[in-house]
Formats: sequence, C-alpha cells, structure tokens
Amino acid sequence: MTTAADVLRRSPVTPNRRHIPVFVTLGLLLLTFSIGSVRYENFGTPQVFLDLFIDNAFLIVVAIGMTFVILTGGIDLSVGSVVALSGMLCAIGTSKLQLPAPLVILFVLLVGTGFGAAMGYMITAFQVQPFITTLAGMFLARGVCLTLSENQISIENGFFDAVALNSLRLPGGNRLSWGAVTALIAVAVAIYVLQWTRLGRNVYAVGGSEQSAMLMGLPAGRTKIQVYAISGFCSALGGVLFALYTLSGDPTHAVGMELDAIAAVVIGGTVLTGGSGYLIGSVLGVLVLGVIKTILSFDGTLSSWWTRIAIGVLLFGFIALQRLIGARRKSRRSAPS
Amino acid sequence: MAAPVLEMEGISKGFPGVQALQDVSFRLFPGEVHGLMGENGAGKSTLIKVLTGVHTADAGLVTIDDVDTLIRGPLHAQRLGISTVYQEVNLCPNLSVAENIFIGREPRRFGRIDWKQINRRATELLARLGLDLDVTAQLGSCSLAVQQLIAIVRAVDLKAKVLILDEPTSSLDRGEVARLFSVMRRLKADGVAILFVSHFLEQIYEICDRVTVLRNGGLVGEYPIGELSRLDLVAKMTGQELTALEELDEASPDVVKGERLLALEGVGRTGAIDPVDLDLHAGEVVGFAGLLGSGRSELARLIFGADSADTGVIRTGGGPVALKGPRAAIDQGIAFCPEDRKGDGLIMDLTVEENIILALQVSRGWLKPLSQRKREELVGSYIKALRIHPPHPYALVKNLSGGNQQKVLLARWLITRPKLLILDEPTRGIDIGAKTEIQKLVVSLAGDGMGVVFISAELEEVLRISHKIEVLRDRRLVAELDNDGTLTPEHILQTIANGAADS
Amino acid sequence: MNRADAPSRHLGILKHSLFWPVTVLIVMLLANVIFTRDFLAIRIEQGHLYGSLIDILLFGAPLILVALGMTMVIATGGVDLSVGATVAISGALACDLIAKGHGLPVAIGAAIGASLLLGLWNGLLVTRLGIQPIIATLILMVAGRGIAQLITGGQIITINNQGYKLIGGGYWLGLPFAIILVAVALVVTVVLTRRTALGLLIESVGGNAQASRLAGIRSSGLIVLAYVFCGLCAGVAGLMISSNTLSADGNNAGLWIELDAILAVVLGGTALTGGRFSLAGTVLGALIIQTLDTTIYTAGIPPRTTLVFSAAVVTIVCLLQSPAFRARFTRKRPERPADPVSTGPKQEVTA
Ligand SMILES: Nc1ncnc2c1ncn2[C@@H]1O[C@H](COP(=O)(O)OP(=O)(O)OP(=O)(O)O)[C@@H](O)[C@H]1O
Ligand SMILES: [Mg+2]
Repeated sequence: MTTAADVLRRSPVTPNRRHIPVFVTLGLLLLTFSIGSVRYENFGTPQVFLDLFIDNAFLIVVAIGMTFVILTGGIDLSVGSVVALSGMLCAIGTSKLQLPAPLVILFVLLVGTGFGAAMGYMITAFQVQPFITTLAGMFLARGVCLTLSENQISIENGFFDAVALNSLRLPGGNRLSWGAVTALIAVAVAIYVLQWTRLGRNVYAVGGSEQSAMLMGLPAGRTKIQVYAISGFCSALGGVLFALYTLSGDPTHAVGMELDAIAAVVIGGTVLTGGSGYLIGSVLGVLVLGVIKTILSFDGTLSSWWTRIAIGVLLFGFIALQRLIGARRKSRRSAPS
Repeated sequence: MAAPVLEMEGISKGFPGVQALQDVSFRLFPGEVHGLMGENGAGKSTLIKVLTGVHTADAGLVTIDDVDTLIRGPLHAQRLGISTVYQEVNLCPNLSVAENIFIGREPRRFGRIDWKQINRRATELLARLGLDLDVTAQLGSCSLAVQQLIAIVRAVDLKAKVLILDEPTSSLDRGEVARLFSVMRRLKADGVAILFVSHFLEQIYEICDRVTVLRNGGLVGEYPIGELSRLDLVAKMTGQELTALEELDEASPDVVKGERLLALEGVGRTGAIDPVDLDLHAGEVVGFAGLLGSGRSELARLIFGADSADTGVIRTGGGPVALKGPRAAIDQGIAFCPEDRKGDGLIMDLTVEENIILALQVSRGWLKPLSQRKREELVGSYIKALRIHPPHPYALVKNLSGGNQQKVLLARWLITRPKLLILDEPTRGIDIGAKTEIQKLVVSLAGDGMGVVFISAELEEVLRISHKIEVLRDRRLVAELDNDGTLTPEHILQTIANGAADS
Repeated sequence: MNRADAPSRHLGILKHSLFWPVTVLIVMLLANVIFTRDFLAIRIEQGHLYGSLIDILLFGAPLILVALGMTMVIATGGVDLSVGATVAISGALACDLIAKGHGLPVAIGAAIGASLLLGLWNGLLVTRLGIQPIIATLILMVAGRGIAQLITGGQIITINNQGYKLIGGGYWLGLPFAIILVAVALVVTVVLTRRTALGLLIESVGGNAQASRLAGIRSSGLIVLAYVFCGLCAGVAGLMISSNTLSADGNNAGLWIELDAILAVVLGGTALTGGRFSLAGTVLGALIIQTLDTTIYTAGIPPRTTLVFSAAVVTIVCLLQSPAFRARFTRKRPERPADPVSTGPKQEVTA
C-alpha cells in the first residue's frame, strides 16, 4: 500500500495533492469494475458501464446539488423527499391534470429551486443549523407527497413516454438514455460553475471559512442561499429523471436517497466540513455505489440481508483501501514559514 | 487641511457585560497615516469592525466624504472604498495564495475566471513585498507571517481610498515591516488615508502623522504625533503616569545555568529544518532569532514533538527519548505555546478558565479534576498577573480581544510549571505594559530554574531577556551567540547576513 | 466598564439556552390537555404509576438513551448513523438467544457485548483509518440491518420471557423500569462528564482538534470511547424496544432512530460541528420529539399529514431558538442620528 502511495507521491507528473483522492477513487472504481468483469460473464461490456449512468442518472444529478451544499460546509437531507415530490408533481400534472409536459417540468424545477432557496434563507438569516432545517424540509416534502396521494400514480404522457423509451445510439450498438445524457450535461455545467465562475469560488471560500469569506467582502449569505437553491433545483431535476426512469410518481420513492447522495459525495473525496473536494469525485462516488449494486445484481444469489451485508462489506473495503492509499503522512505546515 | 475622508462621531457599542466603545469619535484625512492606540481590550478592533459594518453600533454616526452612511457589512464597506486587514488573519485556508488575493474580484476572460492572469498578477504583487512563493500553494500551508502579508497584499490591491491595518506587523520582522512601510508611504503619497494599529511605539513614531488614543472603550484624544512624547503616549493609553519606560531594558539578568535538560543531536526534518545540535539547560533563556522562513518555529515544533523529526535523537538527563507527539513531550516536562493562537492554541468556544486549565488538567488525567477552589485560585491569579481583560473566568475566549486571547494561551502553559517552556511569539499583539510583565515573568521563571526557549520576530525583545541566542537562516542553525550585554540587533542581522555568505 | 454582572450573565445565558426548548415542551404538553382533559394526571394503580406523562417518558426512554450516546459522539465532532442498526442487532441477538433457551444474563450480556464491539468498530474506523464519521458509520448502518436480519433469519422472533419483559415494559418500585434505567444512565453520564474532566476534554477535542493535540490530549482514545458509549446506549435501547414487545424485528426495530436522536441533540442546543454539549438539552430535545409523537396521536391528526405537522413544529422550535429570528421582533432599530431626514443625502449603494 505504501509503495502505491509513494509512487503517486514521487512520480514526476505528481498531480496536485488535492486531486489525489479523486484519482484514487477513479483507480479503485476501475479496479472494482475489472474484478466484476473477471468474475461475471457479460459484465465487462461497454453497455454495463453505460448502464451505470443510465440507472443512476437521477442520483448523479442529486449528488451534484449535494456537492455544492457540502462544499460550503452544509448538508441537505431533503433531497430524497424533493425527488419524490417532483416525481409526484410530474405524474399529477401530466396524467391527472393533463398539462403539457414541458410546462409541468418547468413548474417542478421552479418548485424545487424555491424550496431549496427557502431552506437556504432560513439557514442564513436565522442561523438555524442546516441539518435541522433540511430535516424539516425532508419531513415537509414527504408529508406533502403523502397528502397529495398515498398511492403510486403512473405517468401516461406522450412526451414522457417518448423520452423514456428512446435513447441516444452510440457506436457499437450501445445506447445511453436521455436521462443519462441530461445528467452528464448537468455534470459539465456544474464543473464549469465550480471551477470558473465567481459563484463557484465563493462556494469554496465559504466552506473554507465562512467568517473569513464574510470579512473578505464576499457575499457569504447569498452564496449559502444559492447552494441550497441549486441543491433544490438538482433534486427537482433528479425527480424528473426518476419519473422518466420509472414512469410513475410515488410518495415512497427515493426514501433514504439523501444518504446515498451524501455517501457518494464523501466517497468522492469531499470533506463534510466543507471547502475541499471536486465535483467529478461525487460522480465517481455515485458510480462506485452503482458498481457495487451491479455486482450484487449480477451475483443474484444473495438473500436480501446478505445483500445488505455485502454492500456494507464492499463499501468498507472500498473506503478502507481509498484511505490507506490516499493517506498521506500527517505532514502539517511543511511549506514556507 | 482637506476635509476628512472619514468621520465617526459618538460611536458606542456594547456587548453583553462589556461596554466596548463609549461615545468615541474619530477622523481620518486623505494622505495621512493615523495611529489608533490603546491597551489590549481598549476597543480598537471593535471600532474598526463598526467602521466596516461587522458590528452595528448602538449609537453614533459615520460620514464618508461628507455623506452620512449606514455601513451594512464588509462587502458594502469595500464598495465604499474601505479596505481592511483584520487583526486575526481572515483568509480562506483552503484556497490558493493567489486566489485569496483575488477572490471576489477575479479577472475574467470570456466570462470565465482567468486563472493564468490571477497567478501571474499574484506573483507580481507578492514580489513587490519581497515575497517569492508558490502562489498556487494552499494558504493554510503558509506560516502566520506570510498569511499576514498576503492579507496586506489583498487589501492594498483593492485600491481603496481608506486602508485599515489592524496590527499588521504583529508577526513580521524588520525587513517586512520596512517594506510594508514603504508601500504605505507610497499609498499615502497617492492620497490614501491609512488607519494603522500597532503596539510597537517605534513603528507608530516612524510612520504615523497623528494618533488617536482609546482607553477602556472611551476616547482619550487625538494628537499630532510630533507633539506627544513616548512617555506621554503611554500615560494616555494606560491612564497612569509612567516614569521609567526604560526600566525593563536593563532586565538582562545573570545566568544561573543548571543541569542540562535536553540535548538535540542532529534533529531535523526534511523541508522544515536541517539537522540541528543544541543543548538546553535549566535556568537559561535561549532566544531563537531569524527572519521569516528561517525555521525558528519549525525547530520549536520538533522539540515539542508537534511535528515528528526525520533524523537525529533527543536526549534528556536520563538518556535518549522518543518524543512521539506533544503528550510525550509534556510528560517529559516540556511545554509549548504555539504562535497561531487561533488555529493551534485556543478552543474558541470554551471559557477563559477552561482554556487556561486545559493543559494542566490534561497532564493530571481526566479522573483527577481540579477542584473548583483550586481553579479559581490559579485562574484568578493569572488573570491578575497578565491583566486579562475583562477579568472574569467565565467569558468565552472568542469574545476576548486579540491581545487578551494571547494572554490566555500564555497562562495555559505558565500554570503547568514545566521544566522547559517553549514560547513561540508569546507577546504577539500584547500591549506594552503587559509585555513588560510577561518578559519579567519569563526572566523570573528562568531564575527559578526553568529552561526557556523564546522565539520572537522582535530582536530587541529576544536580546532583552535571552542568555544565549541561536541564529537561524534558511532552515539552518547558523550561529550561537552569547548575550553578554554588548549584542545589538544589528549584530544579529549581521550574523544572519554572514550566514548567507557562508552557505 | 461593567464587570460586576458578568458571571451572573454567564449563568443567565446557560439558563437561557434551554429556555426555549423548555417552553416549547410545556406548551406542547398543555396543548394536549385540550384533546385529553386528564392528560397531566398521574394515577397510581396497584402500586404502579400510570398516566400520559409517564407514557411519554416510557416510550421516549429508548430515544433519550440513544440521544445521550449521540450527544457524546457529536460533541467530539462526529456523528453516528449506525445506532438504528445497533438497536436492531442488540434486540435480535437477545431475543434469538432467549428463544434458543439461553438464560437472561447470557442473552443480555451477548447483546451488550455486541453493541460495545459495534461502537468500537465505528470508533476505530474514525480514528485509525481516518474515515469521515458519517461514512464510517454509514457502513454499519447498511450492513448492520443485514446482520440483524441474518440473526432473526428474516423473521420476527417472538419470545415469552417475563424477566426480559421487565427491561422495557416492566415496573420496579412503582415506576417503569425503563425510566429508572434511563435516569441512571443520565446520572452516570452527567457524573462522568461533569464531575471529572472528561467533558472538558471532549469539548476541547470537538472544538479544535489541532489545538487539543498540542495541549497534550490524546484524542483518539476519547473519540473511540464516545463511539463505544454510543454503541452501548443504542444496545440498551435495543433491549428496551424488543423487550417492550417481546419480539425482535431486524428490519424495523429502531428504524430512523438515528435521525430522531440527532434531531434531539440539535434541538437541545448542541451544535453538529462539535464542542460544547448539553446533556439536559438532549433530554429535553428527545422529550419534545416524543411529546410531538404523542400529540399527533392524541390530536387525531391523520397519518398522511403527520409529517407536515412535524415539519411545522420542528421549524417553529428552531426559529424560536434562533436569536436572529427573535431579534427581528424584539430589537429596536439602532439609534442613528443619520436617518433619512438628517444632514446630507444618503449614499446610493447597490448591495
Ligand atoms: N463579540 C464580542 N462579544 C463580547 N465582547 C466582545 C466582543 N468583541 C469584543 N469584545 C470586548 O470588547 C472589548 C474591546 O475589544 P477589542 O477587540 O476592540 O480590543 P482591542 O483594542 O482591539 O484589543 P487588542 O489590542 O487586544 O487587539 C474587549 O473587552 C472585548 O472583550
Ligand atoms: Mg484588536
């Protein structure tokens, strides 16, 4: 293990130290995927890899929003409920009220963004801890879902059917669903925002030290409201993709998805206290969770509880390896004095 | 004289239990350097924070360019042309050096941030202050002094009409101070109004045109610097007639060199300090002198085990010891008061009392809590000895003024009564009166047989109380000087320069 | 300067920080009187205490216990998501052993031992491997439920053992045994943290880990201890829950209790960022959550809207506790001579 770390550290093309967790995660992801390919037939095909994106498109989008929030040092527990709520609204709007799909989707995105912004406002203006604010948001959104309907509503809408049933044809007979394409576009946009816009840099600054950011004359409060709004938007978009994926809205959809999203972000190397991490890491984190699930579904012989245990074990193995490889010697302040 | 660019009238600000400012007025003219003076806790930083909108005043009026202005926050203040370096370095440790200088006003190309330009311009700006460092490095990896300089660079480059510097020189050494002053003079010539806070009288007399003195939250007065002698100034700050400011200068005491406490043999750490041989004795004060980046703090951290050494052995009287971490060092009777009180020292959310007894309590073990009475006695005596203000043990440390926080940190280590006490910039940001007390205390502790390592960017201070001076340069120990009373700061600077010639 | 009143101010703030949670709790209890007239009444039947207040304490006992452990973990700057899984494992293990004919001491001992081990595992992941607490404990949260189901074989184990029933559903000295157990746990925790220096050290580590290290604190030991303690609390809570129904359900026992526990801690005024903690606050927080559940039940709020109701209550409690929010309504505008009609024109600023 140390040797791997040493190689990483000493190679002439040493990447920026802060990128190391991302590279380690990528390496381990590829390793896990190859192990899957060796163990199971039909695993190592491009389509299985693409399916990771197809089956997890909504989680990728949700994890994007979560990354923004966690980078500022906050947390958003409401994402799962907002995904469910968005799905419900899509289903009700298109199938019960017979409204045009684009209009419904626009409305859903607005609701999600507004919901996030409201939570952000409560966190910023009244200094309520993010955990508790978004927990209340989680209760609220889920409660509204249940109030709207206690049962699943299926979506019967031309637009949704068309988008869900068609996909982008790739060379080699592979395909990528439009949901996955949307997710990838969202990733690209988010990376750009974080790296090359003031909003993105303010997110990192607030995460590094909110007090400093404020004293440096950065709009710390506004940035915090913005990240929760972004997270709300991403959850709503994730909800639309989820509705596309399942062609239904259900008040019990996406229960616990907030934990998946947080896990993905943290596995991707972002630190929960904020200020450090990369969006691409979160995407890798989602793929890691996806690969684990895929491996277990290929295995197919496990009972439900063994599946859970296996997820835990694989997760542990992954994170432990990641830590051991990525762990740098605790060198503090070796730079100029 | 032209009209003031900034006027504050009748400012009052109270915190629960403390009236930090009471009816204070203050004016600042274009093209002047204005000193703001006062003891620790007098209200200087609070006045500045009211001015930049961090705190809302309870009463009072701020006029900028003859316009009544309600300043809503730091961002607003910046837009009004007020640029500030706060007392505690307030930058983002997770961002790069360059980004810290430019964040919030990044140059953009085609709508996206132009990283190349940021890095290039940051390098240029730092070079003007004589700093040559990797601007893409994370700020958190830089020492406190470098961070302070970066904050200054940021504030200066904002091109404001009012520049506020709250104790910018507290951890700088002579060279940096000189460069900062030349920058300040240039700005002044351009008509910028500069508010300057410092506890160093020489600096005030060198750079300021006028001073405003605060005492205990109240305004004492505003004076042209030429009309005020040093003794008068100190008297105005303390409210007491001080007859002998020089008394302490003669404190350099006799050495009663005792047993050898610690011997370093080739102790070093790659990237921090080259292997060093050094003996530390009981009853002796050893000063570490050196410029920025000379490795003086790094060496201290190695002795304490705060960072682990790559090479060499440390011997105590009993033989070689492995100082694996601070706890082991504390068990050997070594104490270390770190330079960065905010990051490495204090627990901001805890009270003064809890912070002071922490190290002592830790070495006693958690099962043996100090009794209430014992705590009150210990803490009370140090609050008095170091003049911690406000003088009650249950105040939260985060609510104390910078200098008073420093005293709390110092008290924490003094009460542990160690065999060897390592003090890294113990008087940073502390006012003249308390500083003298602390210096006397250190000397008397050594007289009682404690070994002391004393690190300070202020050479005069090192000379005043040390028996032996270790001179460092470029992460190497270049000389050991006996302080026989004839040494001057110039000697040391000369030695440092020669050290350069040697290598 | 006003120095004399400072120590009393400190006490005032201490009282103050629990003032709003207490108020909310009282208001909620009183609100219940509207729906149930004898809500506050406590009766003695056959030497046992009965009444809605006792019920709240009894049903809230596992949550209080878990929240106590959670407080210690959060104070170190961590969080433990695996408590629900630990609750399930501990209950499952005890019931399984009893069902297989082992004695009560063996069953309880095994369950407690397992909980301690699970806590230790979490603590080691956090300190030795340096994994972020949320993810370190997520591993056990996921796998632990699987383990609990593995123990129960995916079934709900039911047992019939009156001795076991005592823990969560029995009476002792006229009081529900669970309440006594929780009271003892609370007292022990308070004594351990406030009568020794343990509390100070934990707050110090949670407040500034780097500074604590330089003050000589070996934080890993403390952190592991906090997770082990949290595991222990969850384990005992698991026994209570399964003993109350005399059954073990690997899938649903203690489901979402981690969120409730964290909520209780935060409502009680302990920040998730670590440092200062308040055990009294945690107990209050847990009681608020339990009373809320009871209120939803007694007020006959339809199940589908209970979550909306909870959200509203949580929001109100948080806002009441927020000084910034209260200031909106109480603070006078600062007196500034410079209001619109004064000298010079106001500066135009786009903020
Ligand atoms: N946020 C706060 N809450 C409570 N009291 C505060 C707060 N900020 C400052 N004070 C108090 O106000 C007084 C003035 O503090 P201030 O920081 O202005 O002093 P200062 O003159 O800058 O001192 P120093 O030279 O040590 O920096 C002190 O008594 C301090 O304890
Ligand atoms: Mg100050």
